[in-house]
Amino acid sequence: MRAKIHRRNNKLDMKSSARKSSRSFMGNLLMGIVLFILGFLFFFPVIYMFNQALKPLNEMYMFPPKLFVRNPTLNNFRDLASVLNNTLIPFSRYLFNSLFVVGIGSVGHILIASMCAYPLAKYTFPGSKFISKMIVYSLMFNATVTMVPNFITISKLHLIDSYWAIIFPQFASTLGLYLMINFMEQIPDSLIEAAKIDGASQFQVHMKIMLPLVKPAAVTAFILVFQALWTNTGDKYIYTEKLKSVAYALSQLASGTTVGIARAGVLAAATVVVFIIPVSVFLMMQTNVISTMATSGMKE
Amino acid sequence: MKKKAQITWLEMKKNKTLYLMMLPFLLFFVTFVVYPVLQAIWYSFTDYNILEPAKFIGLENYKKLILEDTIFIKALQNTFIIAVFVGPFGYILSFLLAWMINELPHWLGTILTVVFYAPSMAGNAVVIFGLIFSNDATGYLNGILLKNGIISEKILWLADKNYILPVVIIVSVWMSLGVGFLSFVAGIKGVDEAQYEAAAIDGIRNRWQELWYVTLPNMKPQLMFGAVMSITSALSVGGVADALVGFPSPGYASHTIVNHLNDYGLIRMEMGRASAIAVLLFLIMIFCNLVFQKFLSKVGT
Repeated sequence: MRAKIHRRNNKLDMKSSARKSSRSFMGNLLMGIVLFILGFLFFFPVIYMFNQALKPLNEMYMFPPKLFVRNPTLNNFRDLASVLNNTLIPFSRYLFNSLFVVGIGSVGHILIASMCAYPLAKYTFPGSKFISKMIVYSLMFNATVTMVPNFITISKLHLIDSYWAIIFPQFASTLGLYLMINFMEQIPDSLIEAAKIDGASQFQVHMKIMLPLVKPAAVTAFILVFQALWTNTGDKYIYTEKLKSVAYALSQLASGTTVGIARAGVLAAATVVVFIIPVSVFLMMQTNVISTMATSGMKE
Repeated sequence: MKKKAQITWLEMKKNKTLYLMMLPFLLFFVTFVVYPVLQAIWYSFTDYNILEPAKFIGLENYKKLILEDTIFIKALQNTFIIAVFVGPFGYILSFLLAWMINELPHWLGTILTVVFYAPSMAGNAVVIFGLIFSNDATGYLNGILLKNGIISEKILWLADKNYILPVVIIVSVWMSLGVGFLSFVAGIKGVDEAQYEAAAIDGIRNRWQELWYVTLPNMKPQLMFGAVMSITSALSVGGVADALVGFPSPGYASHTIVNHLNDYGLIRMEMGRASAIAVLLFLIMIFCNLVFQKFLSKVGT
């Protein structure tokens, strides 16, 4: 306990270097500078993206190109709205399709994948090692060459031209699953044993103990699926206009050479719209995760 | 032998619930991942152009790749050069950033996490690098260097064979903060405070010692995950070069294994050869993975 208080104090008055502190001022300063510079560098593409969306058309094609906008305008977004009002089918339909696919796909994936992660992380049984290896190694196989067999499978299952052609393959994504396995390995066995003594079934242990405790991993997995589904245009599998997604509708805005240049502004605005949705979800979830982590601290 | 099978069967029966829990995922996994991969491995031993049925030709695809295809050898070299820089740099950078973010107050850490990860969510981030490394004297980098008199003539960053590969490496490192970074951020937050307190009593004096003796050993699963991500993405670089210098790159200066694979799979429609490349890449990745596992077992000792 005293050590804890000591550490807290050190954190509070980091500048008083009279006492031997575990957080030196120079170290903090160095870190601050490094983070600031790198943060700016890494965020550069996003800054550029927003500036593009705010540029009037003449600035967009200015030569030499300028990074920052001079006369910011919301015209691009207004144009985007008016274009979307005149689509073949109402934009709300695209939105519904996207929400359906993203909603079912990401929630379903987290449920199914986390249920598979728990046994693999905490138990050894015939086949467990083999399945774990397959899950890791499947991350390393290039997707270009599995495209054709996948298309054939999906068409044989009569899933072509339905939401499920997008959702089902996403259910099988192993990235989030592998992440959850890694985090679950760290949860102490004693917690599981205690819950079992209290009469919890394996499924209850999973839902009430494992999943909440690996929330940071589950949330990360959620973001990954969310983004993958949100940006999936689905043009390989979905042909009926009524079933197409927002990502598809927006990707069509600037297609064709004649409208390409005239619509460049609209496209820049659309890029921001496509980007802002998963980022907002990400920000929301991160805030949430950090507050839960601060109160847990149950790891061994 | 029979007895062993019996024991296995009993073990399986005992763990019935666990199998049931895994079943839904495994069904999708086998259908949409395992089966296509096995199919692709089979294609690698055939002559397959997607339209006609695959013809079995044994090891012909592999033989041609390794013995006759000089461009593939070039692609191998380039990929290794890129991976040697991008893999370790990206990995260490991801970890250091995550670690520094953890030292900050929570709200600031959250914002910075988003700042660092957001570009990975921006689909067309590569565009900006095209402007920075533009061949014109008006490109940002050329402009700055010319203005300050460091160079007297513009450099063709994206056309000169000597510069293409370094530029691709820099951009790839720049864009390498991905899932690995997120897992580090989450993993570091999960390290129990009590461990640090205990360490302080044991004589750990500064954050650097804390990092080596407490944080790293407590994060082995996340470190492994990050490594798998780094290895996979560093060896799969290809899209960046495509977007920056076009395909094929001048003199194949930045031609990678994945570029080669897409060339055969998507342009020439020689799926058999493309699958053979995928299989070789797969084996290389597994090998790197095993090497890293050995290395990781030494951390914190």
